[in-house]
Amino acid sequence: MMRALRCLLLGAFAAGLAAAPAMAQEEAPAPPPQHWTFDGLFGTYDLASAQRGFQVYSEVCSVCHSLQYLHYRDLAGIGLTEGQIKSVAAAVTVPKGLDDDGNVKEGPGTPADQFKNPYPLYDPILNVVRTNEKASRAAHNGALPPDLTLMVNAREGHGDYVYAILNGYVAPPADFKLQDGMNYNKYFPGHQITMPQPLHDQQVTYADGTPGTVEQMSHDVVTFLAWAGNPELAERKQMGIRWVLFFVIMTGLTYAVKRTVWADVDH
Amino acid sequence: MAEQHKSEFANPVINWIDTRLPIFTMMQKEYGTFPTPKNFNYFWNFGALAMVTLVIMIATGIFLAMNYQPNTELAFGSIQHIMRDVNYGWLIRYIHQNGASMFFIVTYIHIFRGLYYGSYKKPRELLWMIGVVILLIMMATAFMGYVLPWGQMSYWGATVITNLFSAFPIVGHPIVTWLWGGFSVDNPTLNRFFSLHYLLPFVLIGVVFLHVAALHIVGSNNPLGIDVKSPQDTLPFHPYYTVKDSVGVCVFLGIFAAVVFFAPNMLGDPNNFIPANPLQTPADIVPEWYFLPYYAILRSVPDKLLGVCMLFGSILILFVLPWLDTSPVRSARFRPIYRQIIWVWLLAVVVLGICGAHKPEGIWVLLSRVCTLYYFLHFLVILPLLGKLERPLPLPESISRPVIGGGGPMPSGAAAKPMEKA
Repeated sequence: MMRALRCLLLGAFAAGLAAAPAMAQEEAPAPPPQHWTFDGLFGTYDLASAQRGFQVYSEVCSVCHSLQYLHYRDLAGIGLTEGQIKSVAAAVTVPKGLDDDGNVKEGPGTPADQFKNPYPLYDPILNVVRTNEKASRAAHNGALPPDLTLMVNAREGHGDYVYAILNGYVAPPADFKLQDGMNYNKYFPGHQITMPQPLHDQQVTYADGTPGTVEQMSHDVVTFLAWAGNPELAERKQMGIRWVLFFVIMTGLTYAVKRTVWADVDH
Repeated sequence: MAEQHKSEFANPVINWIDTRLPIFTMMQKEYGTFPTPKNFNYFWNFGALAMVTLVIMIATGIFLAMNYQPNTELAFGSIQHIMRDVNYGWLIRYIHQNGASMFFIVTYIHIFRGLYYGSYKKPRELLWMIGVVILLIMMATAFMGYVLPWGQMSYWGATVITNLFSAFPIVGHPIVTWLWGGFSVDNPTLNRFFSLHYLLPFVLIGVVFLHVAALHIVGSNNPLGIDVKSPQDTLPFHPYYTVKDSVGVCVFLGIFAAVVFFAPNMLGDPNNFIPANPLQTPADIVPEWYFLPYYAILRSVPDKLLGVCMLFGSILILFVLPWLDTSPVRSARFRPIYRQIIWVWLLAVVVLGICGAHKPEGIWVLLSRVCTLYYFLHFLVILPLLGKLERPLPLPESISRPVIGGGGPMPSGAAAKPMEKA
């Protein structure tokens, strides 16, 4: 009976694990799994892809979506040189505190500045730019384009989901009632999304000659956003291998010591 | 004048201190020569593991608090500041975040160890009850800690849990307003939760001290559940159990590190990467995994007040467990029926946990009701009756005896081998 119970217990665990993903996607189909170089124990970001993704973000997404928690200096994480970062930052105009008359000063960005917000609301006391939600909603039919810094972390399905959304614009079924100003997306919960299809073939011209298909651009921008959400990933995994190895060795050593200490005990 | 304590330490500095404040003598007595049953299995590691985790949580928490902003406008961003700009901030935060889960895993195994081997029975009732207090403080601390990042699940979890108190008639709503410091979960709530989240771990240290002090008065239980009869049954804590605990600590830290470095968000909810928004309720409000069984108990009852009472009752019932279990035999090893139903109880708790993660619809409602029923039946009906009905197996004469015989109870004529260690 006890063995049967233990089997039951294991079965219950397994059932729980199997059922967990099922509850997340009630209305929309599960996003098809993609291959990401940053998955797995040793996976890291494909920096060339992340850089292309940054180009896609800059030329397409950044029109509506902010990257609130990124600073230009962070771009070193996807392999941009100091000079490249300086010129990227210098290309935008950002608020720089108050002048003597109490007006907001503006100037070219530096590596220390936050990514430029499409709907900036500047707080000169904390010297922080946030999203002006009302301005953003007014420009988007009442909807608020979410900040993308943590987008890949903040959705069930993560990178696969974001990729699926970017590729999920298909013709709605004949009997589907689409509301005014909405767009049909296969993978969006409820299928009605305010964002019109953002990526079209050849929209971005890559400098390295990679063809700008929707699939390629989505893949690149998801890689970039995954990095934006988890910039520490590569360092973390590298460190993890060392620490786990360390504890494996320490376990072996302490176990040997334990055997020695206990050798003369009848137990 | 009181007689001066005579220290036996050779080092003159230690001797000087120890004569005036015998902390070294105390440590020697409680963690050096402390007589400990010689037959512990690795389940007896988990108390030490919990202690290690508590220290890790406090150490990382102090550094997090140096960079965290307990303000609804700034909290979420300050976490990102920690994750991105603070040196190794991501490491400190991931250790702290996953440390909470590790703390509960370790503590739940520690509690199950106590249930299986009857560690709550006389003379360890008070030791057990102090342990339940530790669990309650841990839960309060974990709950408030989860609110601090001010993500969607932080906010809505806080709203749901604090609202539980509104189920009580008359005093309910005033209590909720008082807890919130206003009329909704807001900045005053976050401020006080931060303050209490910083305070409670130190209260925890005090209660853990009492837990260990009580343990050292009555002595440890052991897998056989029988009393220590002679010095032959015990070993000095050091080096035997310091080294055995060290093995467990290394394995534990290895697993802990694997989670922190390779899957730090495995146990988290994606919704908590979205800043709290009081105007938008997430589709599912789910607590952290370690609260899921209680959440399922709460939702299994159609009446809110009764549900809340069962939720609290499911933990408070542990306080009276030493008197509900009427069997004089401690270890499940010698209780043929208890040995099986304790796994049924664990199964019920695990299924409740799974139910808690699902919307209360269809099969999950029925399952959570059946398991809730069993949870309470187990403590309130089965255990009191079982003590009277069950025929325990014959107990071994002493801890050192079955060891020589190879595990089972010994025939009464067998002679014990003289021990070299005492």
